[in-house]
Amino acid sequence: MGLELYLDLLSQPCRAVYIFAKKNGIPFELRIVDLIKGQHLSDAFAQVNPLKKVPALKDGDFTLTESVAILLYLTRKYKVPDYWYPQDLQARARVDEYLAWQHTTLRRSCLRALWHKVMFPVFLGEPVSPQTLAATLAELDVNLQLLEDKFLQNKAFLTGPHISLADLVAITELMHPVGAGCQVFESRPKLATWRQRVEAAVGEDLFREAHEVILKAKDFPPADPTIKQRLMPWVLAMIQ
Amino acid sequence: MGLELYLDLLSQPSRAVYIFAKKNGIPFELRTVDIIKGQHRSKEFFQINSLQKVPVLKDGDFILTESSAILIYLSCKYQTADHWYPSDLQARARVHEYLGWHADCIRGTFGVPMWVQVLGPLIGVQVPEEKVERNRTAIDQALQWLENKFLGDRLFLAGQQVTLADLMALEELMQPVAVGYELFKGRPRLAAWRERVEAFLGAELCQEAHSLILSILEQAAKKTLPTPPPEVYPTMLLRIARIP
Repeated sequence: MGLELYLDLLSQPCRAVYIFAKKNGIPFELRIVDLIKGQHLSDAFAQVNPLKKVPALKDGDFTLTESVAILLYLTRKYKVPDYWYPQDLQARARVDEYLAWQHTTLRRSCLRALWHKVMFPVFLGEPVSPQTLAATLAELDVNLQLLEDKFLQNKAFLTGPHISLADLVAITELMHPVGAGCQVFESRPKLATWRQRVEAAVGEDLFREAHEVILKAKDFPPADPTIKQRLMPWVLAMIQ
Repeated sequence: MGLELYLDLLSQPSRAVYIFAKKNGIPFELRTVDIIKGQHRSKEFFQINSLQKVPVLKDGDFILTESSAILIYLSCKYQTADHWYPSDLQARARVHEYLGWHADCIRGTFGVPMWVQVLGPLIGVQVPEEKVERNRTAIDQALQWLENKFLGDRLFLAGQQVTLADLMALEELMQPVAVGYELFKGRPRLAAWRERVEAFLGAELCQEAHSLILSILEQAAKKTLPTPPPEVYPTMLLRIARIP
């Protein structure tokens, strides 16, 4: 059995891993773990990842979780072009810096934006107070500003003149609030042109394919009561 | 000007960087940025890091934030012993796997007790008991995962030798320990791990790095802690408000 990637393209980190593997021609078996059906909570999937999260990688006997770890593993094992994660010490440190920063900041606000704006009210039928939504969107705004001011600045890509893992992780995050109907790029021309560059570097077809699911998130039919009951504890823990 | 490290030993990631540099004999100028005194909000420090956080590394013109990025940079530049950040593909992946989980489940969570017991009260804020309880539960759950998934029956969190993962974890765990949380009680495997890490680092270095936080409750009781200036109140209040 070759490389297996356990993914759901609803998930931001899964999209980054998917795009990266496809873009670099890394052969893998795609194992879909349907989050809104609760498949990640199954006993079967717990055998793969007891933390019940996607993405997960299985390479023979070696199982790996955490998207940054997976991206770096694939980078090194499959000897992808240098720009994704440069050998140069300082250039690489910039990528490490972004990948570390985004965890508790942009990642968190993009996730909350999707769930507070769309998934709770539409999919789970749980109302979200206007104050909660406003606070979430305000936090997203702050982090988008930091993305622009501290990371992108006047560069073509987040860490320099070329695309890197940082851009891939960032763009897949930002598509979460886009999928929720937030105007992420409309009032931010700098980020909008950066997005165009990233899409062009990744390939428009691949980018579109990877984002089909999230762009339909607003149209998910409401969860039936059994599914909802199953998912609620997981959702509440996830978006804390 | 050689390597400069902007740190506050009150801060968990600052301590991880400090210990790593000291343990590996990496020469650096220590630039203390006293958070309680609000020095991270100064105009001077803004030039160093516009995010107004520690730790920060300055290597000539090169400025780097984020403790894990700093640790990786130092380990590569100063070619520290391989075990810290192993060159083996799978071993290194395990370090990153831990660091990813740590960012979600440890960072943020383990800092809360210090805010509740020391930093909040410094500015007259009391965190509601239900949030304290919720945090205790989150800490408990994280420790379970730490012990069962990451440590398991291994000697260290990402394998059989000390890595950057152990350093990051230890310093986060020391934060609630410093304000009286008995994290290791009833967790013999985790207690043994802590002893192994501290033995590896050396008692002297641990004492040096931990002396500030281990005296914090006493300082708070004697009212010898600095008074935070008014300009840091908004960020402190924001941080407290974000406690789930």
